[in-house]
Amino acid sequence: MSQAWLVLHTLPAPFFTSSTPLMPITQGAEALLFKTSLITTDTPAALKYRPPKPYRHPILDKKLTKQRILAEARVLVKCAREGVPVPRVLAVGWEEGWVGVEWIRGGTLRGALNEWESKRMGTYIGKSAHEDGGEEAEEAEEAVKDLMSRIGIAVGRLHQAGVVHGDLTTSNIMLRPTTQSPSGESQEHEQSNGSLKDEVVLIDFGLAAQSVQDEDRAVDLYVLERAFGATHPKAEPFFGDLLRAYGDSFKGAKVVVKRLEEVRLRGRKKSMIG
Amino acid sequence: MLALGLEGSANKLGIGIIHHPPSSKTGPVNILANLRHTFVSPPGEGFLPKDTAKHHRSWIVRLVKQAMRQAGIRPEDLDCICYTKGPGMGAPLQSVAIAARTLALLWEKELIGVNHCVGHIEMGRSITGAENPVVLYVSGGNTQVIAYSSNRYRIFGEALDIAVGNCLDRFARTLNISNDPAPGYNIEQLAKKGKHLLDLPYAVKGMDASFSGILASVDILAAQISEELPEGKRLREPESGEVITPADLCFTLQETVFAMLVEITERAMAHVGSSQVLIVGGVGCNERLQEMMGMMARDRGGSVYATDERFCIDNGIMIAHAGLLAYKSGVRMNFEESTCTQRFRTDAVYVGWRE
Repeated sequence: MSQAWLVLHTLPAPFFTSSTPLMPITQGAEALLFKTSLITTDTPAALKYRPPKPYRHPILDKKLTKQRILAEARVLVKCAREGVPVPRVLAVGWEEGWVGVEWIRGGTLRGALNEWESKRMGTYIGKSAHEDGGEEAEEAEEAVKDLMSRIGIAVGRLHQAGVVHGDLTTSNIMLRPTTQSPSGESQEHEQSNGSLKDEVVLIDFGLAAQSVQDEDRAVDLYVLERAFGATHPKAEPFFGDLLRAYGDSFKGAKVVVKRLEEVRLRGRKKSMIG
Repeated sequence: MLALGLEGSANKLGIGIIHHPPSSKTGPVNILANLRHTFVSPPGEGFLPKDTAKHHRSWIVRLVKQAMRQAGIRPEDLDCICYTKGPGMGAPLQSVAIAARTLALLWEKELIGVNHCVGHIEMGRSITGAENPVVLYVSGGNTQVIAYSSNRYRIFGEALDIAVGNCLDRFARTLNISNDPAPGYNIEQLAKKGKHLLDLPYAVKGMDASFSGILASVDILAAQISEELPEGKRLREPESGEVITPADLCFTLQETVFAMLVEITERAMAHVGSSQVLIVGGVGCNERLQEMMGMMARDRGGSVYATDERFCIDNGIMIAHAGLLAYKSGVRMNFEESTCTQRFRTDAVYVGWRE
């Protein structure tokens, strides 16, 4: 991808004065993400900056940016207090449009699933199917199922805390190497794809809201389900495992899963039969 | 190869004749004819299915004849006849499907039913040369953010209630703006004169958007600037004290709903890692939307692809084009299957002609 946009954004205070220029790690839909340190120089942090959107009317842009930064910080603090696996908030600049949070090691769920899917393709192509190759694939499939359950539990805990994410996609779920796991030992793996066995951490609460309504919770699940359908068709069959685990994760979760069925039917011009 | 395309899912009747040169699979196509006749309803009114179907029935023979003449071809030169199977309004769809069946029987040609949305996407890709863009399909009846993956056009985000074009069209009715050439076009022209941005709801849910609440809110604002109100009671801009005009409302509405559309498109682009965006559908003609989308795409190191009114607005050529692509990929349709349907999801079509 072209890096031309790198020069287009000037960081807000106090970051534009940093002696080593900060390079964005990714450009999300809404924000640029930088790696830096906050509070102390050895506290790695993710700095999320929402630059002004030139396409938006300045009044609308300012209003939305401020609303969203504040909502995001508030929600993250609430989640951390309730034991939801999310990055901790370190600092916020709502007028300038940034929030600094704890750095999460590991990779995205999206990356891990892509790796698994391409490996699975590989085993299909090398159809000679060695005994152990088949076993390996089976083991990986079990790992995906288990991972799906753990995602279900994490989302359940989030909802139990009274928060809905608003943009649950496979790019917004991180897999953090646990300290025991092999990938946790070396720093080199920092940017690698997460392993299917790593710890689930939910990130990017840019569209999150505080809500305990079944409707909002069900929409969260729906967005996630569609993200699976759209980008990980091979993992989609295991979405049931996720929903099962979610359904058992807190009182009232089963009602949300029921509600999901209604939400699914609501897309426009969707066939109402079957 | 040659195909005739018939489109009539809404208030435009479109007849197109396309020529795909042999051998070239993705190469340029030749447009031999692209004719359109629009049913325009009076100000303050929308187009009703019954009247629209009647319009299509009374124009279709003339338009097909004219298109054949313009293309300089005889019926026996055609490989297939393509028509819009859906989605769209029932009665207009039926009247065009009947015409398509009649021609197929009369000329002994294959019939191909085409998904209207896929028609827009394929025509947009062909005209602009955008290879694998995220597609924003915005019209009076549809609002979808689409990306291609494994032989389907998958819907990432869409309107949860009314389409964005419907929101604009209906606001034009509220203001009693002319529907000629199109209500959205007249809103766009008025919006250029608007100065003040008012507060409207901003309704994005993940990659989906909702427009009905915005329409209700802007309708309430419109009632507050009605000329029937005494000057002193009309809505004013708090800082300057200036009276809010219909132009300000059009401006506000456009700025708000387009910002929502660009936002959900950007989210889909970030998700699939694409920097190209293609806008199709009638609302895609709007230059302000194109401009906003362009600013977003440039920030992502990409660009926006858009077409002009010949291809953005419903037309027959896109139906001929998508139909011929399907025909060449081996799709055939029994006569008994040549129905039409108001509900026909973009992702229901197997896209056998793409890798």
